[in-house]
Amino acid sequence: MSESIRVENLTKCYGSVRAIEDLSFSINHGEVIGFLGPNGAGKSTTMRILCGLMPATSGRAYLGGISIARHPEKVRRRVGFMPENNPLPNEMRVSEYLRFRAELKGLSRGARKTRVGEVMEICNLDKKAKYKMIKTLSKGFRQRVGIADALLAKPDVIIMDEPTIGLDPHQIIGIRRLFNELKGQMTVIISSHILPEVEATCDRAIIINHGSIVALGTPMELCREFISESSYKIVARATSESIRSALNTVSPGISVVDESAPDALGIVTWIIKAPVGCDRTTGHTLIEALSADSSIFLQECSREHSHLEDVFLAATKHSWEENYAVQRRYQKKAQTLES
Amino acid sequence: MLFYSTTTYVVGVFFLLLMGALFLTIVQEFSQIPQNVSLMEPFFQVFWMPVLFIVPLLTMKSIAEERRLCTLETLMTTSVSSWAIVLSKFLSIYFVYMLLWLLTCLFPFILTWVLGAEVTDLRVFDSAVLLGGLSFIAITGLFYIALGLFASSLTRSQLTAGILSFSFLFAVIVGGRFLAEVPFLSGSWAGPIEGSLEYFQTFIHLEDFTRGVLDSRPFFLYVSGTLLALGVTGLIVEAKS
Repeated sequence: MSESIRVENLTKCYGSVRAIEDLSFSINHGEVIGFLGPNGAGKSTTMRILCGLMPATSGRAYLGGISIARHPEKVRRRVGFMPENNPLPNEMRVSEYLRFRAELKGLSRGARKTRVGEVMEICNLDKKAKYKMIKTLSKGFRQRVGIADALLAKPDVIIMDEPTIGLDPHQIIGIRRLFNELKGQMTVIISSHILPEVEATCDRAIIINHGSIVALGTPMELCREFISESSYKIVARATSESIRSALNTVSPGISVVDESAPDALGIVTWIIKAPVGCDRTTGHTLIEALSADSSIFLQECSREHSHLEDVFLAATKHSWEENYAVQRRYQKKAQTLES
Repeated sequence: MLFYSTTTYVVGVFFLLLMGALFLTIVQEFSQIPQNVSLMEPFFQVFWMPVLFIVPLLTMKSIAEERRLCTLETLMTTSVSSWAIVLSKFLSIYFVYMLLWLLTCLFPFILTWVLGAEVTDLRVFDSAVLLGGLSFIAITGLFYIALGLFASSLTRSQLTAGILSFSFLFAVIVGGRFLAEVPFLSGSWAGPIEGSLEYFQTFIHLEDFTRGVLDSRPFFLYVSGTLLALGVTGLIVEAKS
């Protein structure tokens, strides 16, 4: 697979503040990448640099082999960008705005009409919203106009900052389907806080925190790297002691982390965690052990998959704890000075 | 965006109503007291009144509002350069500005038609004064609109941009006359300064143009001022985006 984006030691400073520091990664053509990170991590800064909207302080970035620093205008022709908050001119109609954007992006007169019709159909704007004023559109429709605009010139790379914000579940599924269709044809970079969406859509995720990459890989790779335990859910009518005793026979490393109150039928739900190293702890083994005890009436035993959310929290936890400790120190100092 | 915005049409109606009222007042004065000048001369002499309002109104939104709404950023994501953006905004505002002034040139035609085709009094319809006045409006309009765009590029607030634009225009149009009347500049030592200040006096340029004297010096003054203002605006847009 050919390389679409390559970033080497990218750094951006706003005065004395380092927004991003020594970022290095590469993205292959046709990949869908999730760009994750807490607020202020440096995601938007990185995206703007990749779009050629702002220069980096140091480092190198290439898009389709073209240096972004040397030829930003060439890069902009190859990128479809949808910024956060999706600013749109309120006085224009949807079709007018997309025709205007198509003209700005250099589409010929003949191609403009066809392509505008195509993107409106892809984004479901052709039926209800085509002739509506943009200021009258709901948030979801405005997002769709932004996505349609990003797709207009069939760019090599599409970069979207929070594309699914404000969309209803049907629309989110539609966008997810769209990204799946684009896989292989265009490189897509999505920044989002809706982690299940990223997990369902993206080939790989890049997690950035305090301007540095803290995790990079497929969701499965990241789970293996950051999650040290696997989780199971057991639903049964039994006592806590009998469950713990049965689990102990499988492996002493297994622990019960949550136990619900019994319902009207006396059914209880347990969440257990097993160290990742215990790969022999399969559902089958658990079911066998639980079934062997006649006092346990087992209803369900299923594996709870670690999600990208858990990876995100684990990857950014260390930095969050550091920040929290610094805040607490300052608060104590302020209190001491006051007293 | 200018033609999609209701502000443009409100400004146009306000301008034409104001200029219509001014023209009517001049016609009434001419009908009461005999005059030996064309009525377009006093009409163009009050050009500063609508200009001080319509130029800020037309230009204040152009860059400030786009920056506030971040639509300038989405413009910059295309292959359009910041210079192209500034130039296109300048040309579109100038087009609207000149269109409005050209519409006011229908007033003497309407008056001639109302008074009857037999009236050939040059005081009613003097094409030389009309052309001279329009040339003055066209040349000064370049500079005033460039100043308005410059003011809009300095801030994200439309209101601040409007006030700045008004202040710049006031200083340029009326400031020269005030400076010429400052006491300490009336001494013999101030001769060269006084001469230089006269070069910048807008009303002297207007008099020359309406008398049919097309001097190249004001032309170079306003065109070079326009290029300077547009150049700085382009640099600001590029730097701030």
